[in-house]
Amino acid sequence: MRDPAPTLRVRGVTKRFGAVVANDDVSFEAWPGEVHCLLGENGAGKSTLISMLAGLRLPDHGTLEIDGESRELASPAVSLAQGIGIVYQHSALIPTMTVIDNLVLAQAGFWLDNAKARGHLAELNDLLGTEIDPRALVGELGLGQQQQLEIARAMWAAPKLLVLDEPTSMLSRQGIEDLMLSIRRLTAHGVAVLLVTHKLDEAIALGDRVTVLREGRVVRRFRADELKRDGEDHGAALILDAMFGGAEMRPRMPTAEHRPESRGIDGAVLDALVIEGVSTARGSEGTPLEQVSLHLRRGEILGVAGIDGHGQRHLAEVIAGQRAPTEGSILFEGRDITAANVRARQRLGIRYVTDDRLREGVVGSFTVALNLLLKRIGERPFWRFGRMDRSKVLAHAEQLIEQYGIRASSPDVSAGTLSGGNIQKILIARELTDDPNVVVFNKPSYGLDVRTARLVHEQILRVADSGGSVLLISTDLDELVGLANRTVVLARGRIVARIENDGDRVRERLGEAIVGSASR
Amino acid sequence: MTGRGPSGTNPTHPGRRPAAVLPEGPTGAARSLERLADVLLRTVAPLLLALASGGLIVFALGADPFAFYSDVLRLGTSGSGSQQTLTAMAPLLLVALGLIVAFRAQLWNLGYGGSYLLSAAVVAGSAPDAFAVLPYPIALLALFVAAVAIGALLGLVPALLKAYKGTNEVITSLMMSFIAMGIANLLIRGVFKDPGVSVPQTRVLDLGLMLPYLPGTRVHIGVLLALGVMIVAHFVLTKSAFGLKIDVIGANPAAATHAGIDVKRMILVVFTLSSALIALAALVDMLGLWGYSRAEWNPGYGDKILPFVFLARLSPLGAIPLVGLYSVLATGGTIAAQRAGLSVDLLSVIVALVLFFMVAIEFLGTRVNLGRSYLGRGRFGRRARGGAE
Repeated sequence: MRDPAPTLRVRGVTKRFGAVVANDDVSFEAWPGEVHCLLGENGAGKSTLISMLAGLRLPDHGTLEIDGESRELASPAVSLAQGIGIVYQHSALIPTMTVIDNLVLAQAGFWLDNAKARGHLAELNDLLGTEIDPRALVGELGLGQQQQLEIARAMWAAPKLLVLDEPTSMLSRQGIEDLMLSIRRLTAHGVAVLLVTHKLDEAIALGDRVTVLREGRVVRRFRADELKRDGEDHGAALILDAMFGGAEMRPRMPTAEHRPESRGIDGAVLDALVIEGVSTARGSEGTPLEQVSLHLRRGEILGVAGIDGHGQRHLAEVIAGQRAPTEGSILFEGRDITAANVRARQRLGIRYVTDDRLREGVVGSFTVALNLLLKRIGERPFWRFGRMDRSKVLAHAEQLIEQYGIRASSPDVSAGTLSGGNIQKILIARELTDDPNVVVFNKPSYGLDVRTARLVHEQILRVADSGGSVLLISTDLDELVGLANRTVVLARGRIVARIENDGDRVRERLGEAIVGSASR
Repeated sequence: MTGRGPSGTNPTHPGRRPAAVLPEGPTGAARSLERLADVLLRTVAPLLLALASGGLIVFALGADPFAFYSDVLRLGTSGSGSQQTLTAMAPLLLVALGLIVAFRAQLWNLGYGGSYLLSAAVVAGSAPDAFAVLPYPIALLALFVAAVAIGALLGLVPALLKAYKGTNEVITSLMMSFIAMGIANLLIRGVFKDPGVSVPQTRVLDLGLMLPYLPGTRVHIGVLLALGVMIVAHFVLTKSAFGLKIDVIGANPAAATHAGIDVKRMILVVFTLSSALIALAALVDMLGLWGYSRAEWNPGYGDKILPFVFLARLSPLGAIPLVGLYSVLATGGTIAAQRAGLSVDLLSVIVALVLFFMVAIEFLGTRVNLGRSYLGRGRFGRRARGGAE
């Protein structure tokens, strides 16, 4: 039947950071040939657990057992030697190097053996059912393929346990399906997979076992048959109960009255923002735009769909004023603002909630209070004659912390210590203060737990309801269908489809437009 | 890993109200205690460790370390020694400030040698003529403008390359430095050479034309100027919107662009300011202390003061006592070393040891939590903690 010992047994693991208990007496097992899903919202203690498996931190109490033997994973090298392969949420690949160079980087020994590495990659391609080209530049691979490469790299030393940290957060639907296939092939070969996620459907679809973490504790354990017995909806309800406690705390799903078609938009009103024939320069980062034109009406939510990395970033930056177009023009309420800088547009009410929250959105070492005013440094009333008025800055921060429910113990803590969801709340609070007129949201709910994502969606609707316009860039079709009035599809920097959200198979039509454009 | 730190740092509490808004953490007293421990560990410890291992080296060379250090202290702080120490501080303070300005923006200006020497050559070479043809204050102003312009130009080249081409400023500023040093030597051997002497050096400036002494001392007023600039700069860097923008660029250039800060312009401003301050150090040093410059001469101020700039955590006020300490070591140490029969290079060894122990503590600090890094957040990040009202 089954091996006598699980591949990984986490036994009573506790990890504290100061007064905060990140993991509290966590126990679970991952068996060979099974997918074990670790489910929990942001801040539930999943990342801490992974860092201990990776050998980056040691537990304060409790043990980690590999194949029935207690092991001290004192360093990443030990973790690797014990047969643990990890795919982190954020890419650890070097984009300017080729696939094979990235792979041999992890290899031991002084001399690099490319020929042997290519042979090994071919074996892994067979195992995973992928077609990774060893000579391709990593930066030119799609996100799905980069993810496959990350897995190949984690599988390089033939680990017994593969840990995947939020592996689908950046992937298209096709990418997710490919990933699921790869995972099934691995378990068929007896590998134990630990899938860390906050997405219910993935846990239900893939997990042989599901362990739900909340506030660092294991609150429920499910077997696959319990979740699937009464249909997926029932399974999802069971998990939501465990993740969020009572039913009253459960995040609301988009409801009918939030549907754009029922909100009704006056078609006769002025366009808030018009983009005409805008192109951008080919640079080191992202796909450039080619002759993009769109118009955004007042009170409208315009969706931008497409596979990630097809010009979304350039589009957002061109509107925010962070990137100059090489041709074309941008009009705000009839005024040409093509030459206006970020500050000027900020004052006009043009705001940008970036998708790169940690690297671009906040200065992690600065306080929450300063991050909330990052775009208004030197402006009255917070600065007078170049000097900061600390009490005004703090009062402003306290008000926004309260209003947006940012979980920070004080306005003085550094923003980098907050969880992803709270950092997103900082960005939203900052961009939506002081009369936002046009707000660009770039993948606003990516990586967030269901409840924070729901809060973000409410804010997006609030902007539109109060007469502002929203450009909603997203790779999540459900989000676009649930919120946008119209959606354009971006592929290779061009708009390839425009789809009204008229309730007629919108999701399918969007999906077809995206897939069709990608395969062309 | 996802971002920094564990996501568990901020456990969420479903259903509860957001955490209290007012600071709950350490109280004021606990916080200042924490800060004191931090200063002891990060600033005082490497100094003491360096002095202690320096003492061991003195002992190994056959001299009495206690006698040596008491000599250093006595010679560096008493009577004429203290005046020499203060004089030595003038250029060191300005060089330190030049480094601090750039380093706070995480722009690594390593062109300090060239900025200093080219400015020194031009000031020393043209001062006798300038004072001869122009009224004293006008000549002084002209020399000041020349020095600052030279520094700014030397800083502008790596800054432009960095801002518009993304070139690594470590390389370009270092290369500019070599070019500037070469030009300085050419000038001193050529147009500025004193025909009266055989060694390649500029004419020696008449003592009466040099910067005046402070009443009753032999310390020139350049020291006051340097201290004044240092204090003004401290408040600009830590209290003004300009200083905050520098910190944002240093901490996260992408966020700076996102926030609408003109990063390219700031790089130009910061880099030229940094080099100009170092060139100003040369002006003060030439007109206050030396009165002439010599080919192939290099006091190496930047190299020696660099570790102390980091010890001061890039705080201008914090750098003042550390520059003072180094000056005592330099003035007292030179004579004390000669007396003890030791090489003067021992002082460079001690400076290097400071750097070594600093790096060692920084390294340990990343393994076990030893408080803030030398390169941590700018002053703003820290100062903002105290001020809840």
